[in-house]
Amino acid sequence: MLYGYAGTTLRINLSNENIKKEPLNEKWVEEYIGGRGFVSKILYDELAPKTDPFSEENLFVIAMGPLSGCFLPASGKTHFGTKSPATGGYGDSNMGGHFGVTMKYAGYDVLIINGKAKEPSYICIDDGKIEIRSAEKYWGKGSFAVEKAMKQDLGEEFQILTIGPAGEKLVKYACISHDFGRQAGRIGIGAVLGSKNIKAIAVKGTGSIPIFDAEGLLKKGKETYDAIRKKPGFKGWTPEGTAGITNWCNDVGAIPTRNFQKSSIEYADQINGKAILDRLKITDKGCFACPIPCGKYGFAKTKLGEAFVEGPEYETIAMIGSNCELKSIEEIAYANYVCDELGVDTCSAGVVISWALECYEKGILTKEDIGREISFGDLDSILYLLNEISARRGIGDLLAEGVRIASQRLGQGSEKFAIHCKGLEWTGYESRNAPGMMLGYITADIGAHHGRCWVLGNDVAGSAEAGSVHDLISGGRKTNRLPKAKVDGVIPVVLHSQHTRPAFDILGTCRLQYMEIGLEVDYYEELFYCITGRKIKWEDIINVSEKVWNLNRCFNFREIDGFGRSYDYPPARFYEDPIPDGPNEGHLLKLEEIDLLLNQFYQARGWDRNGMPQKAKLIDLGLGNVAEEFYS
Amino acid sequence: MVLEYKESACSGCRACQLVCALSNFKEINPAKAALAIEGQFPSPGKYTVHVCNQCGACAEACPAEAIYLDEGRYLIDYEKCISCMSCVDACPNKVMMTHKNLDMPFKCNNCGQCVAICPRDALTFRE
Repeated sequence: MLYGYAGTTLRINLSNENIKKEPLNEKWVEEYIGGRGFVSKILYDELAPKTDPFSEENLFVIAMGPLSGCFLPASGKTHFGTKSPATGGYGDSNMGGHFGVTMKYAGYDVLIINGKAKEPSYICIDDGKIEIRSAEKYWGKGSFAVEKAMKQDLGEEFQILTIGPAGEKLVKYACISHDFGRQAGRIGIGAVLGSKNIKAIAVKGTGSIPIFDAEGLLKKGKETYDAIRKKPGFKGWTPEGTAGITNWCNDVGAIPTRNFQKSSIEYADQINGKAILDRLKITDKGCFACPIPCGKYGFAKTKLGEAFVEGPEYETIAMIGSNCELKSIEEIAYANYVCDELGVDTCSAGVVISWALECYEKGILTKEDIGREISFGDLDSILYLLNEISARRGIGDLLAEGVRIASQRLGQGSEKFAIHCKGLEWTGYESRNAPGMMLGYITADIGAHHGRCWVLGNDVAGSAEAGSVHDLISGGRKTNRLPKAKVDGVIPVVLHSQHTRPAFDILGTCRLQYMEIGLEVDYYEELFYCITGRKIKWEDIINVSEKVWNLNRCFNFREIDGFGRSYDYPPARFYEDPIPDGPNEGHLLKLEEIDLLLNQFYQARGWDRNGMPQKAKLIDLGLGNVAEEFYS
Repeated sequence: MVLEYKESACSGCRACQLVCALSNFKEINPAKAALAIEGQFPSPGKYTVHVCNQCGACAEACPAEAIYLDEGRYLIDYEKCISCMSCVDACPNKVMMTHKNLDMPFKCNNCGQCVAICPRDALTFRE
């Protein structure tokens, strides 16, 4: 008996409508634990090399972890994986809510989809019964509208994930939406579902997850919830959620502004967590089993429209807000709603749109190119571009390709300020005076994403110890100018974060209990034992996390022609243009400093100077078969 | 003691359902919880928790007299229950529960685990 797992992998071939259930592979469990680990292993082993991301052969994977759905804080993460249309490399994305846990209650730890449906379809999973059904009535409609309609059609007990019109049109940063406000936003995961003609997946699950020691889990689970209640961040961080970091990010000169031209703003109080509470919020909205709900569901009214919307979270505040210069929380929330309804990632969309706005200001894109005048700070311009992108209409067709391809096609120096790494757009943290954060962004397996590594607190503090996010922001930070951050000593801090944050993705839980309010990792060792019956040390999980890092790095070497060191650099703006004003005025990371960081990082990881994992390292991690492929 | 939901306090996390099923069935399965969460989204954007207030309508409806009062809560005598499900239809709060793997209904026994675990303090006992 595999305790903690539902025990089944569900495979659906959309082309021939073959549906197959097979026992969960115990080797996967033993070597990769779950969630992101399963995604990584499946993509490496089962995806044919050089598969086009939008071809029928690409895989769309959903995987849960052994802790998913169990009685512990925030056990509701769902992991998705595919070959990314944004980067052409390894891609995963995850979301909270209630979808993955319901998959487990329905009996499945993993869902692997390949092929392409003949017509717009959705997959209906009702415990053991699986059907591919016509989605004709939902196709073309927005995410909120479809989720609402499907719940009415199927029943409230169904959990729904859906793509919006952007996913149908293969926008390379189309997201998956769920639970009226949760998204798996990154790497174009929604576009891959769209390429398979799948509008939505609905699941109802009423079964039990086998537990090794139910009494022990009841006791330990309660202890864990109690421990969270006692953390200062439980009452301090939770009310505003991730938006609570807005002022701190501004105070330390890290909030992206005008397409990363600047890194501080004068209007933070108009777009921060408090503004959400005072002007938008209706209710806290938590993911499954989460005691610190970061979701703030509310209502936003602007001169261009009004909507019920969850968020905006900090990343959206930064990327759609300050980076596009929207200066009121209502306008940001409304643009957030439009992104959600159309089904585009707010982070990537924020980068693409701010890049287009800068191109327009510089005369690289003209009124004729765009179809109208556009400007930073103008909600109407942003909504116009979002709609053009999602329909791939006019300029939207170019912008739908993502900022890397759009800038390569447009040229005229626009690549310099196309803010991405590996083809994935940056997220909400200016890193020109944050060497650890910069290194985290440029070496992340999926491209520029903070979910893999967040060490901004360490960069600002100039030390290995920075505490939880609650500790950072409750301390406040007001300074006229920060010194240049220390480059030396960041490697171990980055490696620690790169292994720790995705460890939660492997277990199938949310990292925020640990990251934001400082829940100790010891709890997870004991919960893991109660659930699975297997004794595990946190460092064992970290070792799996490192193995996954290396496997994904090899995946990128296999899939991307010429992949290596040259893919690990930020856009030139970050090493050529000093930050012009604010707390980090005058700072940047020189190219030689980035080179030094990469050299040290590769060496610490056991990678060669091109960033390829060395044979001995792969063998040491139990990836001997992969070493054979690359070093035979 | 009467279990009550504090209006607007729930964030929809379902920790109450997890602990309820784990305490009473020794299973990880929110579908076997004796309380229900209703989310109303996208509009008006709120959660309501449906709980048993031990009103006794189930006992009144039971033709087999299988539901009895014990220290302020109504319990089901499974020796007497005939699985007619009359109690399910009679429950005004829709919290006389059923599950497809169980022949007989089940209900809240006022164990209080949900009150203790709720991170938002959305559930309370009124004396």
